[in-house]
Amino acid sequence: MDVPIEKLELSIDERRIRNEVGRITQHPAVSPLREPLVTGNKSYSDVTNDINVIHEQGAGLGWWIALAISSSLLLIGLIAGYLTVTVGIGTWGLNRTVGWAFDITNFVFWIGIGHAGTFISAILYLFNQKWRTSINRSAEAMTLIAVMCAGIFPIIHMGRPWLFYWFLPYPNSRGSLWVNFRSPLLWDFFAISTYFTISLVFWYIGLLPDIATARDRARTKFRRKLYTILSLGWNGSNRTWSRYETVYGILAALATPLVLSVHSIVSFDFATSLIPGWHSTIFPPYFVAGAVFSGFAMVMTLMILVRKVMNLEDYITLDHFEKMCKVTLLTGSIVGLAYITELWTGFYSGNPNEIFMIINRVLGPYAWAYWIMFTFNALVPQLFWFKRFRRSIPLIFVLSIFINIGMWFERFVIIMISLHRDYLPSSWTYYLPTTVEAGLLIGSFGLFFTAFLIFLRLFPIIAASEVKGVLKYAKH
Amino acid sequence: MRNTNNELQRYTAAYFSNEDDLKGSTAEARLRGFTIHDVFSPFPVHGMDEAMGLKPSRITWAAFAGGLAGLVTAVVLQIWTSAYDWALNIGGKPFNTPLLFVPVSFELTVLFSGLTSVIVLFYLSGLNPFSKRKSLPGVNDDKFVLVLDHSGASFRKEAADEIFSKYNAEKVVEGDLV
Repeated sequence: MDVPIEKLELSIDERRIRNEVGRITQHPAVSPLREPLVTGNKSYSDVTNDINVIHEQGAGLGWWIALAISSSLLLIGLIAGYLTVTVGIGTWGLNRTVGWAFDITNFVFWIGIGHAGTFISAILYLFNQKWRTSINRSAEAMTLIAVMCAGIFPIIHMGRPWLFYWFLPYPNSRGSLWVNFRSPLLWDFFAISTYFTISLVFWYIGLLPDIATARDRARTKFRRKLYTILSLGWNGSNRTWSRYETVYGILAALATPLVLSVHSIVSFDFATSLIPGWHSTIFPPYFVAGAVFSGFAMVMTLMILVRKVMNLEDYITLDHFEKMCKVTLLTGSIVGLAYITELWTGFYSGNPNEIFMIINRVLGPYAWAYWIMFTFNALVPQLFWFKRFRRSIPLIFVLSIFINIGMWFERFVIIMISLHRDYLPSSWTYYLPTTVEAGLLIGSFGLFFTAFLIFLRLFPIIAASEVKGVLKYAKH
Repeated sequence: MRNTNNELQRYTAAYFSNEDDLKGSTAEARLRGFTIHDVFSPFPVHGMDEAMGLKPSRITWAAFAGGLAGLVTAVVLQIWTSAYDWALNIGGKPFNTPLLFVPVSFELTVLFSGLTSVIVLFYLSGLNPFSKRKSLPGVNDDKFVLVLDHSGASFRKEAADEIFSKYNAEKVVEGDLV
């Protein structure tokens, strides 16, 4: 072994450079137990292709059929909305006893659906849960659409929806008569508009690198123009990436308390009033857990369909569903605990109105709604204790729809049962929705699915740049 | 890729097929005294900032300032409108009720802070809808590019080529970029 002496005696500078480069390029040890997040042994360009092909290729027959159905539902909603605005709130089944009904039920339901998107995109990001990368994009889109669906209901409930901007504290010609900052309904307005804005920004920032990819690949003139404008001149520079990651972290850190605040404030609409069954301090955590619960159910429903129709089994794997089922189990159990706690605190209060409300809730005219809610939300998710059920796509699909129904009924139960038998027995009533109200609910689902279908055709539905970042998750 | 003096400058761009080679070559080039114009990748590469010698971004301070502005705006707006400009008696409650101003103050803090950090990001990185900036080929797909600046006195072609081949560069392109 004759090694030249000059190769053995590296200069101090050379040794320093080698050590430094070695330190920067070394990989941390990885547990061999780690399962890959993306299956199918994909390369980076496979990821680009798989994801971009979905929105580039012509829409299949299935998409058109789905769009036809969902836009028909939307049309029903538009007709119902037209009747509401032109004729008035009298077209609804509301009356003096039941002042809030279907509209606020739908509002709380849709706001809750939105929470899972922010949970996945912000909270799981802060906890470094890398599996979120395959589902965060579509979950965030779902959030935005759900918040839009939610926003419609309080606005049309105002009776004069064209004056909804009176909610803003702007100097006006009425003396400047200011808005009432002590009202939870005004807090709602600020919470939801902030939530929508921040969610939109968060979603768009996440989309930027993927829009740039779509821009580079665009073949039609329309798409090239659209993506050139929307990509804002993104060029993948690491100086930009560095700032981008900082801002992404800031937005995640802001969105986390924000999402908790939104449903807490929605729950204040009820909790700050003196209605039995509403006036309760457990409402904020109970509502937030319920929101994440219902949101995850909706994410699972949508993802099962998207994964199947778009052939994304390698990206949205069974492990994803298993993890989402665990979140659903946890939040569902919190919700179940809250139901039982409500019954207990009602009895323990010693307040005859509270005790009556509890009995009326469990055994009264709307007991059917209560037991649908209890079964679907507190009992059904307990099946997810078993691994076999957490990994069975058909079962998850059915259960997620049950949970969606159950969570809609939760809001119906809270609102309706407390209102329909108030302090004055002569004004007791049994509320039933009119066709117009049912039409609005159907229409909101139409809007939700129509907007989601358009999103599928316009943007990369999986965060390709983030998936590329976790491609080697189990390999190093 | 901002160039303030608008002169044509010579650059050498080396294309790599994976992030490890990019990171290694960038760190090595920087430590050997090359001026790194920029590095391009399809996703944020962990540890790249250190390899490039970038300092942590100060956008967090902008976010803090934005949040503070939002908080002050909300507190002043609510107290002034509710207790001073036209105080309304609502349910016999006091006019100045700071506890009830917490939710809106929180929301505006978050809103201002989030929007400020995004606007600062757009400004610093030159991101805007009218931008004519294009990516280097493949950067948004699967290519990792290190761009070295010739303008520094330190640029030595042979040394650069040695680094590129050590880290398996797929191709090396020389050119003028504005």
